[in-house]
Amino acid sequence: MTDYNFAYLDEQTKRMIRRAILKGLAVPGYQVPFASREMPMPYGWGTGGVQVSAAVMTTDDQFKVIDQGADDTTNAVSIRSFFERTAGVATTTQTAEATVIQTRHRIPERDLTEGQILVYQVPIPEPLRFLEPRESETRKMHSLEEYGLMHVKLYEDISRHGHIATSYAYPVKVEGRYVMDPSPIPKFDNPKLSDCPAIQLFGAGREQRIYALPPYTQVVSLDFEDHPFVASKADHPCGLCGAEDSYLDEVIIDDAGGRMFVCSDTDYCTARQADGFKGKDAA
Amino acid sequence: MFDLKDVSKTFTLHNQGAAVIEVLSEANMTVAPGECVALTGASGSGKSTLMRMLYGNYRAQSGVVSVAGVDLVQAAPREIIRLRREVLGYVSQFLRVVPRVPTLDVVAEPLLALGVPAEDARDQAATLLARLNIPKTLWDLSPTTFSGGEQQRVNIARGFIHPFPALLLDEPTASLDATNRNVVLELIADAKVRGTAIIGIFHDEAARDQVCDRQIDVTGFSPGCAA
Amino acid sequence: MTDTALLSVRGVTKRYGAHIGCADVSFDLYPGEVMGIVGESGSGKSTLLNCMAGHLEPDAGAVVFDTAVDGPRDTLLMSEPERRMLSRTDWAFVHQHARDGLRMGVSAGGNVGERLMAVGARHYGDIRGSAIDWLGRVEINEARVDDRPTTFSGGMQQRLQIARNLVTGPRLVFMDEPTGGLDVSVQARLLDMIRSLVRDMGLSAIIVTHDLAVVRLLADRLMVMKSGHVVEAGLTDQVLDDPKHAYTQLLVSSILQV
Repeated sequence: MTDYNFAYLDEQTKRMIRRAILKGLAVPGYQVPFASREMPMPYGWGTGGVQVSAAVMTTDDQFKVIDQGADDTTNAVSIRSFFERTAGVATTTQTAEATVIQTRHRIPERDLTEGQILVYQVPIPEPLRFLEPRESETRKMHSLEEYGLMHVKLYEDISRHGHIATSYAYPVKVEGRYVMDPSPIPKFDNPKLSDCPAIQLFGAGREQRIYALPPYTQVVSLDFEDHPFVASKADHPCGLCGAEDSYLDEVIIDDAGGRMFVCSDTDYCTARQADGFKGKDAA
Repeated sequence: MFDLKDVSKTFTLHNQGAAVIEVLSEANMTVAPGECVALTGASGSGKSTLMRMLYGNYRAQSGVVSVAGVDLVQAAPREIIRLRREVLGYVSQFLRVVPRVPTLDVVAEPLLALGVPAEDARDQAATLLARLNIPKTLWDLSPTTFSGGEQQRVNIARGFIHPFPALLLDEPTASLDATNRNVVLELIADAKVRGTAIIGIFHDEAARDQVCDRQIDVTGFSPGCAA
Repeated sequence: MTDTALLSVRGVTKRYGAHIGCADVSFDLYPGEVMGIVGESGSGKSTLLNCMAGHLEPDAGAVVFDTAVDGPRDTLLMSEPERRMLSRTDWAFVHQHARDGLRMGVSAGGNVGERLMAVGARHYGDIRGSAIDWLGRVEINEARVDDRPTTFSGGMQQRLQIARNLVTGPRLVFMDEPTGGLDVSVQARLLDMIRSLVRDMGLSAIIVTHDLAVVRLLADRLMVMKSGHVVEAGLTDQVLDDPKHAYTQLLVSSILQV
């Protein structure tokens, strides 16, 4: 252990954040304001997620961090080591073993289970923000369920691109009530938000908002009757593990424009390879 | 149809030392359906003022101005609006229209206001414009650019397109050539046959004698003359 | 003739501290009527309009609207969600500056479609169809449906604002200087358009303007305001041709004859 309080934040701050989380769980999809603290990392690097993780973490937890699905990127590595230092918790890269998973821009491929907590890093929590800049007005729109504007955004998409081109941070409606920004996860992941056995918590540090989905919450992606929601992904199997059901990253592999598609979820891909699955680009 | 009882009218000019001008007092007259009555009297005797009061444009100080049973002095604005839409037509000397609206639509408008389908209304407007010898090439143009005689005929077309049971005509034949003057007199005669009650101002004496059944000298309504 | 007023305004008063915005204004507006409110700047006509439309809360009075579902109700006593729903369905508000009434970052089609989506339309094809239909009615070429209003002229923006407001078939339209700031030839076309729409849709409208020519052509009835008070009211042509009040006489005689 170090000289830090457990999980960096002082106990009063954690209580304050827990209260916000509980309120968020009680009103699924509602953005609860909280007094976001300065964290020893810049905004945009997951300060909201880190505060939520710190508030829910116990000494027994197994902590996993993913950034765009990967456990080995700078952001994931530094947040993992931050909690190793300040909380001394065990860390893991395996989805199945983790009890708290902090994520940026993905939901793990492997189904989550009861008892797990998924913590999302959120840059802009307000789904209506780009069309209505006034916070006073967006809060009123949420409270009065005036969500026509959200469909205006989708309408604009179709009129410009012929289909709903929004491919990430795709807006959803929670339990038929609040419209919510699911953070910039690919819309491929949207169906996993719904009816999920794990607790899902969303933290926006700069914007000072926390919202939440309790287990088994109904979450529906917004769409039009004649342009229904489609959870799309690149139409390829994974080059390394051959998976056809996982979200893929496109990787440029040489200067001649050569490319391959690989699972963005590194844990999922590694586990499949260990089980003997092989893609066409596997060594 | 028209029934005036003890009608008086004064103007108070607040911006000219609150000068009060009495124009009419104790005016009484009645016009029956199918009757055409000419208002006569020298300039300034109050013919135009009386016409405007019969249309509800000027408000009387006292008395009753009844048109088709509606007292214009007491009626709510919406009753007068309905009366003008359905019952009471007015052909003024001046054309007042929204700029840039085609003549055909200007003439069709009274019918459109009554809910007649647009195509039907325009057909009737076209028939009437043709009868009044407005060249077809002008129908799609706004009448604001027309000559005085042409504007006059557009006004007449607007006034006759709907068979108003009560009609006010302010100098309908002024500035018209002989041919068109005859068309207008025909229209008036047709209206009388339909049972329209008409009150008009005609400086054209020959026209007046041809269509009017009676004359009322407005000078008799001047303050001081009443007795 | 229906006897229920569409809008009954009773004793509406709004003060700004010691200053009177509008005082004790009452009138009835019936279906299909267009009423003009005229007066010089600061006469309280915009304050009154905003009080009626729910943008300002009057200090006293009632604004009773004959709602489609529940009959006459005082809109000032409605809950905010009810009033906002009313302003998206039965009411419309046309601002003087189209920028205040449009979403400048959203295409023309999206602007027109917003009110439909706000009341639950979820079929893209239908929404777009309605938007194109309405662009046609306000004489905007269908080809511009995906363009943003920033690329439109002032007159087109104003027509787009009107389309956006009328798409849900409101019964009462509030207009604040709808032709202000437009050049004269554009004004004429807009006036004609508003007139036809009012007639064809059986709309009632309240139009605030300082332009007597506009009310002469659009309004059946007229209210003249001065220092927050209604000094004269009646049929438009009565008030303009036979003004009774000193202020109205001054106003009418101040118009330049062209």
